[in-house]
Amino acid sequence: MDVKIGVLALQGNVSEHCEAFCRALEHLGYGGTSTVIAVRHPEDLLGCTALAIPGGESTTISRLIDKNSLYEPIRNFPGGIFATCAGMVLMATVVADPRVHTLGLIGMTVDRNAFGRQRESCEMDLHIEGLSDDPFRAIFIRAPVVACVDPDVRILAWVDQGIVAVEKGRYMALSFHPELSCDSRLHERFLKSLGI
Amino acid sequence: MKLEELRFGTELLKRGFASMQKGGVIMDVVNAEQAIIAEEAGAVAVMSLERVPSDIRKAGGVARMADPEKVIEIIEAVSIPVMGKARIGHFVEAQVLEALGVDMIDESEVLTPADEQYHIDKKLFKVPFVCGARDLGEALRRINEGAAMIRTKGEAGTGNVVEAVRHMRTIMGEIRMLKGMEKQEMIDYAREIEAPAELVIECAERGRLPVVNFSAGGIATPCDAAMMMQLGVDGVFVGSGIFKSSNPERMAKAIVEAVNNYKNPEVLAKVSRGLGDAMPGLDIHLLRDDEVLQTRGC
Repeated sequence: MDVKIGVLALQGNVSEHCEAFCRALEHLGYGGTSTVIAVRHPEDLLGCTALAIPGGESTTISRLIDKNSLYEPIRNFPGGIFATCAGMVLMATVVADPRVHTLGLIGMTVDRNAFGRQRESCEMDLHIEGLSDDPFRAIFIRAPVVACVDPDVRILAWVDQGIVAVEKGRYMALSFHPELSCDSRLHERFLKSLGI
Repeated sequence: MKLEELRFGTELLKRGFASMQKGGVIMDVVNAEQAIIAEEAGAVAVMSLERVPSDIRKAGGVARMADPEKVIEIIEAVSIPVMGKARIGHFVEAQVLEALGVDMIDESEVLTPADEQYHIDKKLFKVPFVCGARDLGEALRRINEGAAMIRTKGEAGTGNVVEAVRHMRTIMGEIRMLKGMEKQEMIDYAREIEAPAELVIECAERGRLPVVNFSAGGIATPCDAAMMMQLGVDGVFVGSGIFKSSNPERMAKAIVEAVNNYKNPEVLAKVSRGLGDAMPGLDIHLLRDDEVLQTRGC
């Protein structure tokens, strides 16, 4: 099977996401038959099995999604979506900031910058539901948290500040940055959930 | 959650923060009102200042860190990251900026240097630093001191992109040259440019600087910003270029769109139309030696 993964390349840490998906696909045995591409326009989504929405500034990415006419194409995208940090903010139904035009794909309320300023950004070991016992090294950078979720959303991990990892059907959203730690277990789990 | 499981201010968190700014525009602002305009336009962060560089030039004298009152006003006005400038070597101004909650500190040649021998020991801080550089040696010395992001210096407050172009071409050219060298030659070259050998080798392997590299100092139009992106920078700082233009709101939005569509001349043509006057420019060759900012802190 040929696997094509798109990474939304409007702003943020796009290249790290591309590299992380390449590593995960290689682990799963799709090294030679998969491609990871940058998505800037609606036509780039064609043929993609999944889309990654990277970290960056949610206000900026939201503005550029609208400018590049990607809002409806992403909402109607039939594949999986892997969203981190700013990406998680965009996946929500409710965010207390009118500048962020959320995609509303996961029934949840997200608080931006819930950890505080950059000096409060931190690394911590996290237990994630359904992953092997080894803790996951989570990198939180001016991270958002989920304040509450609809009943159909599965909570995968939480910390004192709130929920930091959720799953709903073919969507996964994380407050932290698995693309920055050299651990591709979450990427692999997401790809496997799509039947890859 | 046990506290010992938490780690703050690690190299990964600092470089990760810088990485989130990629593909973005960071704008100089001097008050809450300008900060809000920048955020609405799609800036990824703002640089809080008392004066933009072109006004610092005009004012002369000693340029210092902004009044904390100003920085707090800006922090409270926006949800995007707020950066602040400290003088080169002035580690106490940096400590104050960190205490104020600034998300990244720019150890900047735009302000009057406080130490002509040493830069700030940036590894002692929890917040990340960005530093200016004109060539590979300077960039790698700053990274070795703990900078999580480099910006090519250009010549701030001139509205003239020529120095920004020169510095970016210099760094990219030096990295391209490394690719043809064997290890011993790289170590020799590292000595020549006064940079740590392991960082020189890392640049050769990656074909780029080991941290995020933005452009600064002279970007005044959407085309200037797109040109720097095509030359290979990860994003741009725009100083006086926005709020010294005749229509800051439109200029800010146009530069954000230009950075996002930097390879697309049709979009660049569209966003550049009817923007009004760009900031007044200065000819680099007419500056006196003591008016040149880029030579501060090498």
